[in-house]
Amino acid sequence: MTGGRIHGYKTEAVVLRHFPIGEADRLFVLYTPNMGKVRAVARGVRRPKSKMSGHLQPLNRVAVSLTEGRDLDIITEAEAIAVYPSIRNDLTKLSAAMFLAELVDGFSEERSSSPSVYKLLTSALDLAEVTDNPIQLVRYIQTRILQMSGFGPELRQCVACDTPLEPQTHLFSSSQGGIICPNCRSESGHTLMPIPLNVLKVLRFFQQNHAEKALDLQLNAQLLGELERVLDGYTRFLLERDMKTAEFLDLVNPHRVKKAFSIADPT
Amino acid sequence: MNSNNSHRRQDAGPVARLIDELHKLPGIGPKSAQRLAYYFIRMPEAEARSLAEAVLAVKERITLCTICCDITERSPCAVCDDTTRDRSRICVVEEALDVRALERTRAYNGLYHVLHGVISPMNGVGPDELKIKSLLERIKSDEVEEIFLAMNPNVEGEATAMYLHQLLAPLGIKLTRPARGLPAGGDLEYADDLTLSRAIEGRQAF
Ligand SMILES: [Zn+2]
Ligand SMILES: [Zn+2]
Repeated sequence: MTGGRIHGYKTEAVVLRHFPIGEADRLFVLYTPNMGKVRAVARGVRRPKSKMSGHLQPLNRVAVSLTEGRDLDIITEAEAIAVYPSIRNDLTKLSAAMFLAELVDGFSEERSSSPSVYKLLTSALDLAEVTDNPIQLVRYIQTRILQMSGFGPELRQCVACDTPLEPQTHLFSSSQGGIICPNCRSESGHTLMPIPLNVLKVLRFFQQNHAEKALDLQLNAQLLGELERVLDGYTRFLLERDMKTAEFLDLVNPHRVKKAFSIADPT
Repeated sequence: MNSNNSHRRQDAGPVARLIDELHKLPGIGPKSAQRLAYYFIRMPEAEARSLAEAVLAVKERITLCTICCDITERSPCAVCDDTTRDRSRICVVEEALDVRALERTRAYNGLYHVLHGVISPMNGVGPDELKIKSLLERIKSDEVEEIFLAMNPNVEGEATAMYLHQLLAPLGIKLTRPARGLPAGGDLEYADDLTLSRAIEGRQAF
């Protein structure tokens, strides 16, 4: 201690993730409306007598009090504002919500305010709690997070020459953030992903509509799989890594029940 | 802080190396690592040698039980080898420390299975990183009637229990979980014996 005043502050937050450190502490990555991402430590929360541990669970919406520390801030109080029992009791919803939390984590910076992303995250959790199609919700929110982070893909005209696109299968360029038309194709040496017309249409619809409308679309498992391929490919390019939660989400995806149970037959 | 670092760089060698190694241990920050290192420096040589040998002996003599994956000096472990234990029940836990905690209560007389971790997609830990395949093999070969999923009462513990439930339910085995009452968010290994006993005795269908 250098004798300076200890600054405390209160904020609302969503718990994005946590991991154990020290004897009984945890490090939390919180997402706040006015400070963006905040990393903070809660002391003793792995002990059963801790009053905070039940509140500070990943994906909970919490009211927290913090004091500024040397490296990391310290969480001194925490109380849940919203918990999501339906998400916690459904493996697909839980994995979907974790995936969205990782996306927000990946596309946000520490101490960089973005109330609109916070609003999107909390509404995503509210929707995940009640939806019966968490996979479609994931793809919708993923599209919106890309947009809000300034990476919304160009889907109406060629990113290279601005020519409006013909209604046909196109190629998506992650490095240029949009569709590249047949004329410009040869000039691009980057890896391109084929994007069928119906996938293109769904993504355009997602970009322009609210969640309720986006979730009303009837998308089959194949189309959802195509959306995943394009969105995750683009996300991987932007984050320069795989999403950690993607594999587990894939494993428990109800559209791929067979894969989830392949482990039951060890050879 | 800066003077400390330059001091460490000057005598970079055995002391810095020891501090670095200690810093890797769970619960040991840079300050504690330094304090411990200087404690070791002042320690009589015989004591230091004894400590080093104890660490090596653990690495040489301790293994995983080939049946339940608990840490043990001989495999099968004492629990798996004990013919008085109820072999129709397997209690699945996250860590070996949880076995110690449950054994302390004497409220459970079945067998165990240690996963050595918990599904934590956010931290990149999936089912393949855990001892799940060996559990499935056990269930197929042994006469198991009940699987008691005793995960920690937190999000990762619940995710692990739900995943195992999804995996095991089609096999037609009775699946149970601890009675309510374990403090949410806390670690099982820290729960008091009475709470743990109640959680075992009152275990309910998943
Ligand atoms: Zn073009
Ligand atoms: Zn054993």
